[in-house]
Amino acid sequence: MYPSLLHESPHPDETIVLGKRFRLPDSRRIGTYLAHEGYQGFLKASQMTPEQIIDEVKASNLRGRGGAGFPTGLKWSFVPRQSPKPKYIVVNGDESEPGTCKDRVLIQYDPHQLIEGILIAGRAVDAHRGWIYIRGEYRYLIDIMDEAIAEAYARGWLGKNIQGTGFDFDLSTHTGAGAYECGEESALLESLEGKRGVPRIRPPFPAVSGAFQCPTVLNNVETFAAVPSIMRMGGQAWAALGIPKAGGTKFTCLTGHVNRTGVYELALGFPVRKMIEDVGGGIRGGKKLKAMIPGGSSCPILTGEEAWELNMDYDSMAKAKTMLGSGGVVLMDEDTDMVKAALRIIRFYQHESCGWCIPCREGTLWLKKLLTRLDEGVGTVKDIDLVGDLADNMLGRTFCPLGDAAAMPTMSIVRKFRHEFEAKLGRKTVSMAGLSQLVSITG
Amino acid sequence: MADPVTFTVNGKSLQAPAGTLVIDACKRAGIEIPAFCYYEGLALQAACRMCLVEVEKAPKLLASCTLPVAEGMVVQTESPVVVQARKSMLEFLLTNHPLDCPVCDKGGECELQDMSFRYGAGESRFTEMKHHVDEKQWSPVVYFDAPRCILCYRCVRICDEGLGVKALGVTNRGAYSEITPNKGDHLDCDECGACIDICPVGALTSGIYRYQTRPWEMEHTGTICSHCGDGCKTTLGVKNDEILRGNNRDRSGINGEFLCIKGRYAFDYVSHSERLQSPLLRSGGKLEEVSWSKALAHVAQRFGEIKASGGRFGVIGGEHSTNEENYYLQKFARAGLGTPNIDHRRSGDVPALLDALHGRQGALATVDDLYNAKGVLIIGVDLAQQHPLLAFQTRADSRHHQAKVFTVTEGPVREDKVAVRKVRAAAADQLDAVKSLGEDLKAAGELVVLFGDSIQGAAVGELVAFLDSLGVPAKYICLVDYSNSRGACDMGLLPHLGPGYQAAAQTGMSMAEMLADPSLDALWVVGANPLAGAALASQKAFVVVQDMFLTETAQRADVVLPSASAYEKAGTVTNTCGQVQRLRKAISVMGAKADLDIFGLLARGMNLDLGRAVPDQVFEEIRASVHGYNVPLPVIATGGAAMADPVHGRIQAAAQAHVIQSARDTLFTSGSWSRYSKTLNVVLEAPGELYKP
Amino acid sequence: MTFSPELEKRFAEMAAKYPEGRQKACLIPMLMYAQDEVGHMTEELKEEVAKRLNISVLEVNEVVGYYTMMRKKRMGETHLQICTNISCLLWDGDQLWERACQKLGIGHNEVTADGKISLEEVECIGACSWAPAIQVNYDFQHHVTPEQLDKLIDDLRKA
Ligand SMILES: Cc1cc2nc3c(=O)[nH]c(=O)nc-3n(C[C@H](O)[C@H](O)[C@H](O)COP(=O)(O)O)c2cc1C
Ligand code: SF4
Ligand code: FES
Repeated sequence: MYPSLLHESPHPDETIVLGKRFRLPDSRRIGTYLAHEGYQGFLKASQMTPEQIIDEVKASNLRGRGGAGFPTGLKWSFVPRQSPKPKYIVVNGDESEPGTCKDRVLIQYDPHQLIEGILIAGRAVDAHRGWIYIRGEYRYLIDIMDEAIAEAYARGWLGKNIQGTGFDFDLSTHTGAGAYECGEESALLESLEGKRGVPRIRPPFPAVSGAFQCPTVLNNVETFAAVPSIMRMGGQAWAALGIPKAGGTKFTCLTGHVNRTGVYELALGFPVRKMIEDVGGGIRGGKKLKAMIPGGSSCPILTGEEAWELNMDYDSMAKAKTMLGSGGVVLMDEDTDMVKAALRIIRFYQHESCGWCIPCREGTLWLKKLLTRLDEGVGTVKDIDLVGDLADNMLGRTFCPLGDAAAMPTMSIVRKFRHEFEAKLGRKTVSMAGLSQLVSITG
Repeated sequence: MADPVTFTVNGKSLQAPAGTLVIDACKRAGIEIPAFCYYEGLALQAACRMCLVEVEKAPKLLASCTLPVAEGMVVQTESPVVVQARKSMLEFLLTNHPLDCPVCDKGGECELQDMSFRYGAGESRFTEMKHHVDEKQWSPVVYFDAPRCILCYRCVRICDEGLGVKALGVTNRGAYSEITPNKGDHLDCDECGACIDICPVGALTSGIYRYQTRPWEMEHTGTICSHCGDGCKTTLGVKNDEILRGNNRDRSGINGEFLCIKGRYAFDYVSHSERLQSPLLRSGGKLEEVSWSKALAHVAQRFGEIKASGGRFGVIGGEHSTNEENYYLQKFARAGLGTPNIDHRRSGDVPALLDALHGRQGALATVDDLYNAKGVLIIGVDLAQQHPLLAFQTRADSRHHQAKVFTVTEGPVREDKVAVRKVRAAAADQLDAVKSLGEDLKAAGELVVLFGDSIQGAAVGELVAFLDSLGVPAKYICLVDYSNSRGACDMGLLPHLGPGYQAAAQTGMSMAEMLADPSLDALWVVGANPLAGAALASQKAFVVVQDMFLTETAQRADVVLPSASAYEKAGTVTNTCGQVQRLRKAISVMGAKADLDIFGLLARGMNLDLGRAVPDQVFEEIRASVHGYNVPLPVIATGGAAMADPVHGRIQAAAQAHVIQSARDTLFTSGSWSRYSKTLNVVLEAPGELYKP
Repeated sequence: MTFSPELEKRFAEMAAKYPEGRQKACLIPMLMYAQDEVGHMTEELKEEVAKRLNISVLEVNEVVGYYTMMRKKRMGETHLQICTNISCLLWDGDQLWERACQKLGIGHNEVTADGKISLEEVECIGACSWAPAIQVNYDFQHHVTPEQLDKLIDDLRKA
């Protein structure tokens, strides 16, 4: 009944850890989960002290899978356990970074794995309540999650004195309503509290003052989903799956001009070449790779040549002046119109800018208008320079990283594919789709 | 406060207490960092990004409005990167800002204009279409022009945090975000106009002021609002002897920049078409216009005759008149006319409070004390309606100092929102209700107590004794209605008490007694309207009224002398707390005279030697003779407020029963005057139910 | 205003899921689930939700204006959302969009005259690996071909 998101069998080059139940019949059901090592990680964690749990997570080298890649164990250790306030767990299931569609797979096929991860985090920071914030468009996933939560309550894996461990935990879903900015952690918390999704001033960070102004652990769906495996296998074993500074596997969404698009579980440090040629089955139509966005549309773009030699991990991408991001890989073949691509990306950030701060609010709109003209062939050389200038003026100066997310891809596309912008100058082709966006008011 | 932190700004070593924000620390050191959204006293936003500075070792520019100083921090506020960032912020801001400065009310006073001038680019690289939205009218006094808005959220914050109203919010998203009023297309609020004044640009404009003038064409006079007893400073913008606006953007005065609708807009009664411009004399049963000399001569003659024949006078003074006028009037009555019958409409039992506090110094709270108090006890008054400034201070105290607020009132009041305890009790039971709060009040540690007319007579002493028994240090404010109600008491407009609450040589009739006395020979009413709700028993009484309008009382008069408003004269007034401030003359009008001038002319006409009727000279006499009024002149002269503390021992309580009752005005009324304010009337007629009587 | 018993039950359970005194947290879920029944954010709905959560209508309006999925006006019985964001664009999502516009004679956030179908050009809906993707109300359709889109629209028109 739900659309299938998986190829029939995993690719042989995948390292299947989190995804090992995905292809089982009834993989969503708690029965299936329990029959396949489900909740064992939690039981193990309930024998450990909070410090031991956090140490294990630190040992795993797990880094946040939401985009920023912050070490998860370290983040959990910031929660002031002695604080008299209740502590909370919040799951970021907003997944709206263009190119990213992995949390969807994790929830659709194995919701209990997520619940278990949340329980372990709860044990680690002495939290007894959690919310899974899921973007509004994923209504069916919210239903799936609700069902799983109900099952867990019914079977004693949520609620009071879970499985006799003396640990209580309550969990529920919370729907978003269409706003990319609500993926940013502090805006998400505002949204959770029933407000506009506008980011908060930090510090204080959520670990100290998060949901309802209480200490909060906030992580991405995939981050939590990795925790049960870490508990079961042990942090070091999990770390060993990846490379020295980045442990484990990472869900990678192959999108764009590749033969076998899909979501794959790849060990960290997986070579880009292998990822495209073997896992992805090569560029569509045997074409050449012109450009690659490694982790969602907010990352600086790589040319095909640059991308080809890299590995899918945090440091390798940082060295190439881009980011591993959220795992949304966007591949563009040689025929791709890079001006159009730049325009489409900026249109997104303009649409999603929350409007709080000047440079993002005004900068994205201006860039959209400029790029629209350049795409329609009614721009000038000066306009091309201006695009770079404006993006530069936004970078690092906005209230939250959305402004950077808009500036970085734009700057890099203009810099690396300037000749394509120049080639369009004076070639008037006014597209209606572009115009309709240009005049839409509130979208 | 923690040890001072040492840091460096632009190569200069500075110190500031830990926790100080870089923007504030710099400001104190004379280094200005531009900002739109940062606003002292309001919640932090960090939204405009104008205040970005360079901090050594930080990977990017940081917003100085949310950055606390740190030991050894090295900051640059004028480095090339900072200057460039600032310039680019302005460029972004101006993209969708209509450059209609020539017709914009804010032109010349606009922060965006100033910043563009100082930091901005002289040319624009923006050649796209601007995003346009039509202007909207949100209320009779508030207009909103969305394209001009720079989304600094000052208006949203002042309305929520400052006024406690929360009538403004933000809707839509991104570049289309728009400030929105609480009723979708209109406002239901206090109509105080704070949002308009705090707006750095011309997005919010005033229905009263818009398109009237260019700001630089006005003269500005800082004086005291003529309405309620709180005594806000209002700076009047005047062109050709017409008041065009009121505000207090320079934050001088006890109110900072706070003003309610009355202080900001309700000066317009002075130019009402029914304003009297010539004396009126009754002839053949009708009031007819006569010259000043004829009218004054007539009054002097009749007063002289009545005095000579040992007739009975009744003198009623006003609650808006200056201290000088009230002092002179009681002197005129007692020494000039030889009558003890002098009174005014009393709205709070000031004498009882001063008596209860006898022997103490500094037991009266100033407006500032209220802001700094650890606890605030409000008894029997709807502060937001009747004393908007004190309500504003209470909220600010709660917001900035986490003050414990207690409300003991008949019905719900806005202060409940910030109250730790709220008790509902009928007026008669409020003292008991206060007593029931005992332990909580004690826990507050320190109190400012505000009470209205529900606590009067013996109850005042009981209240003070009760709080004494708790051992909580307390300061008091006895709430009275109008701009100089307090001064009227202090100046001895009381039948049993002279200036400074000295027992009067002879106790006279109270106001009610005068009106009820069938054998009264003369009634002299100055700036009051006692016949609005009462009848004059004496048929024969010769009635003289000094007023701006033909009020109910003036209609009964034999002679009506048109008087000047508070904005047309000099003098001093004392607010409900006891703070003395100076009125400055903003305009002159044809035909009217200041009450003090009228007294002087009458005294001359009657050959009385009461001293010169000149404000400064009378004030000197007050300083010399009224206990507690020996306030430092420089403070008053420079527009400051000086506390008059006239407590000097026991006050002889009057044996007679006198009426003390507040008029219970609302935000949109002000005794009989509000009838002559177009602004207050249109606002009352506008849709909206939130704060209507 | 009355809602279905199921929705009332959901509302009743919702309040307990947030800390005491912080029930404003129910605002977005309440509006979203109610919108499913009511169709869009009517004044009546906003007032009702404000009343139930003891907040002002202004606070509701602030939120409704912010979120894209909160519908400011009535949409079609079927709301057709076509993604044209980068990953879908690379699989000609923009052409699907133009095709739908032409076929239906309506544009972004518009409704057909018979009220049956409304169109929205949406930002990334999290179906990037299965592009081009569309959403028919809450249902995802992946790897959509122009022919499939035509058939979908024809079926909806007939329904
Ligand atoms: C504009 C913006 C959008 C974001 N969107 C998401 C998102 O959709 N999902 C997510 O998990 N993290 C998102 N993030 C990152 C979060 O702010 C946060 O870093 C993350 O949820 C923390 O979890 P992690 O440590 O497990 O990655 C976003 C950040 C920004 C600035
Ligand atoms: S960068 Fe500014 S406007 Fe953009 S989303 Fe963040 S806070 Fe909002
Ligand atoms: S780009 Fe279309 S679903 Fe992400």
